[in-house]
Formats: sequence, structure tokens, C-alpha cells
Amino acid sequence: MNRLQTLFNSKPKNLLSVYFTAGFPELNDTLPVMKAIQEGGADIIEIGIPFSDPIADGPTIQASGKKALTNGMTLKLLFNQIESMRKKIDIPVLLMGYLNPVIQFGVENFAMKCKECGIDGLILPDMPLYEFETLYKEVFASHGLSSVFLVTPQTSDERIRQVDEATDSFIYLVSSSATTGAKSGLGSDQLEYFKKIEGMKLNSPTLIGFGISNRESFEAVCGYSNGAIIGSAFIDMMAASNNLSEDIVRFIKRIKEPT
Amino acid sequence: MSYQVDERGYYGEFGGAFIPEMLYPNVEELRRNYLDIINSDDFQAEFHHLLRDYVGRPSPLYFCERLSEKYQARIYLKREDLNHTGAHKVNNTIGQILLARKLGKQKIIAETGAGQHGVATATVCALMGMECKVFMGEVDIERQKPNVERMKILGAEVIPASSGSRTLKDATNEAMRYWINHPTDTHYIIGSVVGPHPYPDMVARFQSVISEEMKLQLKEKTGSPNPDAVLACVGGGSNAIGSFYHYLDELDVRLIAVEAGGMGVNSGKSAATTQLGGMGILHGSKTLLMQTEDGQVTEPYSISAGLDYPGIGPQHAHLKSSGRVEYIDATDEEAMTAGIELSKLEGIIPAIESAHALVALSKLKFAKEDVVVVNMSGRGDKDLETYIKWGKY
Ligand SMILES: Cc1ncc(COP(=O)(O)O)c(C=O)c1O
Repeated sequence: MNRLQTLFNSKPKNLLSVYFTAGFPELNDTLPVMKAIQEGGADIIEIGIPFSDPIADGPTIQASGKKALTNGMTLKLLFNQIESMRKKIDIPVLLMGYLNPVIQFGVENFAMKCKECGIDGLILPDMPLYEFETLYKEVFASHGLSSVFLVTPQTSDERIRQVDEATDSFIYLVSSSATTGAKSGLGSDQLEYFKKIEGMKLNSPTLIGFGISNRESFEAVCGYSNGAIIGSAFIDMMAASNNLSEDIVRFIKRIKEPT
Repeated sequence: MSYQVDERGYYGEFGGAFIPEMLYPNVEELRRNYLDIINSDDFQAEFHHLLRDYVGRPSPLYFCERLSEKYQARIYLKREDLNHTGAHKVNNTIGQILLARKLGKQKIIAETGAGQHGVATATVCALMGMECKVFMGEVDIERQKPNVERMKILGAEVIPASSGSRTLKDATNEAMRYWINHPTDTHYIIGSVVGPHPYPDMVARFQSVISEEMKLQLKEKTGSPNPDAVLACVGGGSNAIGSFYHYLDELDVRLIAVEAGGMGVNSGKSAATTQLGGMGILHGSKTLLMQTEDGQVTEPYSISAGLDYPGIGPQHAHLKSSGRVEYIDATDEEAMTAGIELSKLEGIIPAIESAHALVALSKLKFAKEDVVVVNMSGRGDKDLETYIKWGKY
């Protein structure tokens, strides 16, 4: 059992997962950022692998990825940076990114490196369920990696059940039909959709992401799920920060700590 | 061996639908419905009516006497340049907009590089009274001004793509992002045989009218529906697939695709994807792709804006790896020279994309009695500025 599965086994509530882009704002910020995220009290870290053509991402994550690539970030370098992260980081860590860099690296090789570094799970949004089942599932599972799939308001019930079946950690509930970072707020449509998912009594826990930006939206969605994922708002804060570690800790405490 | 798509959306090991979940319902809706719609009698009737009366099909198959003399073969041009809007692109946009209407979509988006597909999309949207947004890289907007204005006159909104390298691949990214954010009322008209399944197959079917007509016209002119060779240029690959489609299983017909070599394949400024690319995933399909060792997509270069795409349709990747189609390249210099030569010999100024196909005439050996068809995918009007800058005419 990996750290993610252990975490979710205790049926936790109000989990905060934080997404950031590797190699941003500076090339070697990856590990210091992770330490600050953990220190602030987040429950899960998602490291974004930058990609030249991130079609599911809005302007904030696009810009951070572009900066990271300009800084010289590569997947190979990322594995070097996080090689000994487990000396410092004990919360679950996922890698999130597009399939092309993974395929170039070699899927088998990638899975092995993930295992060596202590990665617990993967979110590869452009990996189709069918290809996962037929090509990748074995490789990832045999290296102790959980694969996380997305569900959106447009996903059919039948497909939600398929995703539930394929899930061994949590389902990523995308809050609205949007790219990352879209600030649509949480309207009645979204609450309906969260309720519908709750009513489906899925086997898998859920985290809600996209458009979650502060304590208010965090608390609002935690009522319908096991927690939430914050990405673009976190990266916006990083981009504006002059004191990264301190600001990260403060940002997370403001969301997580009881008032 | 099959050269067509299988039921999972693959051409051999290439193809598939590598899309984020946000796009899945849209692409799945298309996949479930496209064959039934395209094969229905009323769709076929309307499609062919518009191709005839609006586009001006069948496009002529023209025997080039002077060009044949020069290259010592029997050379025919398939005149897609005479279509309404000046290129083959309109065959696909007519098909897709009819399909979008059947699916109940009210709005259309498209990407464009040179602006030809954008113009062809804006045109059919005007025809059908549908709202049209065309995404175009900021760099391309700058170098293809007349087409930008044409789209605006036709009532389309041209949205500058300011992300990434600000060219065709980024315009495609932006169109996909817009589609993610507007999933229910919008259809995305992709301009070539690229993208997630079923796009490559759907666009190929709409463009297959090119080789369907070729067969009839050749039979009439030469006595046989099959030529010895068919030549076409490749950007994403739609005019080439359209020209090859009905010959893929006729193994005695040589099929030759010409990619943009740019300043030379090894110059670092090229768009010869099958030579420079490796297996990768971009815009929803597994195909050949120009990329770094780290899997970042690289920027292609060609003098012709319609050919500088870092990928190639998955069917082409399969036709390349199976050896059914020969892929060669033509440099900027060779293409410009061939374009000017055709202008002087036959009175036809070709699009610079299409001029790349002509280069194959001098690179390959044909027998004097060989029947060779070159697909003239478009006319050179849009490229006048590039011809003028090039000079040497
Ligand atoms: C005249 C012409 N030919 C060819 C192309 C390349 O596209 P494809 O390879 O899909 O035919 C374009 C694209 O803009 C074009 O305008």
C-alpha cells in the first residue's frame, strides 16, 4: 500500500492537495517548495511536469510551465531533484503531467524512477482509460503507483462507474467544464453535480479541483468530498512572492487551519 | 495490411484519442455518430450538392503539356486550387459543418495557420449562418494579413493565440482549450487529418472526394482509373490523404508525399516530420512528432505557413512505417523554384504548399509513358507577398 492509499484508508475529511509546477519559479525551487507545502500543513503534493503544449491548462499553469521549461526543467532533472525527497517529505506525492514526456522517457523507466524517488501516484489527464487498462496499468501498479482519473460535469454516469472501478486511491472531480484556473465560482449547477456524485455512493474517495482558490471555496467543496486541490491560485501566489517558503506556509495555513 | 482506421481508432500503432476527460464527451459524441451521419442519404445528397454548386466540383484534372515535355512523363494536375476559397480545405469544412448541424451544435471554432482553413471555415459558417471563432497564432496573424481580413469580412471572429510559440500548434491548443470551456453548444472543425479519433478518419473521408474524382477522370482521359504515381504535399496531411485514399489498396500506384524541408532537413529549420520526428502524442493522437529528448514539442519551420506543423496525421505515420507511401522532402528553395516554373510553363501560380509536391517531379524517375498526378492543393494568391519577397522570377 502506498502513502496515498494509507491516507485515504482512514476516511479523511478536509484534505488539501497542493499542485505546483516543477522548476518554478526557479529551477531548483522544486524541493524547497515541497518542504514548505508540507510545513504549511497540506496533506498531499502534486508536482506538475511542465509540457510545451498543456491543452487542459489555463493561463496561470501555462505560464509557470513555460517559465520552468525556460529555466531548463526536464523530467530527468526532476527525478534528480526529488531523488532523496523522502528524507524530508513524508506526505503522499503525485506527479501530474501530459503523456508525451512520459513516453519519451520510457514508461517502464519512468515508473521505476517514480518508485525509486518515493512517488505514490500519477495524474496523466491525456491518458485514456482504455490505453491505461491495456498498456500502462500493469507497469504502474507493479511499481506501487496509483493512477488518478478525472471526472467532469459532462462525464456520463456509466463512465463515472468505470473510473470508480479503475481507481485505487481517489477520483479527481473537476468542478466545472473548464481548463485549470477558471474562476467560475461555485454556482448551483456545480453543487448539483457534487450532490449527484455523492448520491452515486462511489467506492472511491474524491477530491475536488479546478477553480478552488481560497478558504471559502475550499470549505464549500469539502462538504461534498474528502477535500480539495488547489493549483492556479497557489501558483499565482508563488509568482508574486518575494519570500517563497514563508508565503507558502502562510497561504496553506490560511486555508487549512481552524480559525 | 489495412491502411484504414480500426474500431479502436488506430492506424497500426498510431492514432487513438489521447484527450483529457473534459473533451471526452464531445469526442465520444462525434465518434458514436459520425459514420451514421456521413453515410445517411440526406447528408450525402446535401454534401454533394454543395460540393457541386457551391465549391465548383468536380475540380478539373488537367493535362500539362509543357510540364510533361520538361519532365518526360504524362503529368496531370488535380485542380483543387480552382475550388471556391482557393484550396482543398473547403471539402472538409463543408462536410464538418453539415455534421455539426446534425449534432445540433450552434457554434463553430477552428484553428488556422496560413489562414486557408480559417477562411474555408468562416466561409461555410457564413453560408449556414453559424457563429464562427478562428484561433490563429499572433505570429501568423502578422504574416497572413489578407486572410485575417477575409475571415473578418466573412463575419468570423479571429482570436489571436498568444501562448507558446504563437503559431499553428498554439492556435490548435487554444481552440482545444476553448472547446473544453464550451463543451455543449460548440463543434470544433479541425483543419487536417490530425487530432483525436475520429477526426483523422472523418477529415480523410471528406477529402477522399479528390481521389474519387481522379479515378473517374483518369478512366475517361487515359482508359485506366489508376495512374502510375500520385504526388501531394503534406502539412498535417489532409490533401495527401484525399489524393491517396482510393489508391491505398491499389499497390501498383506509387504514392509520394512531400514534406517541407525548410532550409534543409538537418539545418534546424525544417518541418520534415517523418524524418525528424519520433513517436509522440500531440493534439490527441499518437503519431510522429518533432520533439526534444525530453518530449517537448519543437517548432517547425517552412517558408509555407500551411506546412509548418510539428506533427503529421496518424494515418500518415502508419503509411510511412508500413512503407505504403514514400515520403520525401522539398526545401524552400526547391519549392519556390518549382512554383515559379509552373507559373511560366502552364500559367498556374500554385500555393507554396502545393509547389512542394511539384518538386517530386525532378527528384524521382518516371518513364515517359507514366501517368503522374500532382495534387494542386491550392492557388498562389495568398502567397503573392512571399513570391514577391523571394524574387527570382
Ligand atoms: C494550399 C494548401 N495545401 C496544403 C496545406 C497543408 O495541409 P494538409 O497537409 O492538411 O493538406 C495547406 C494548409 O494550410 C494549404 O493551404
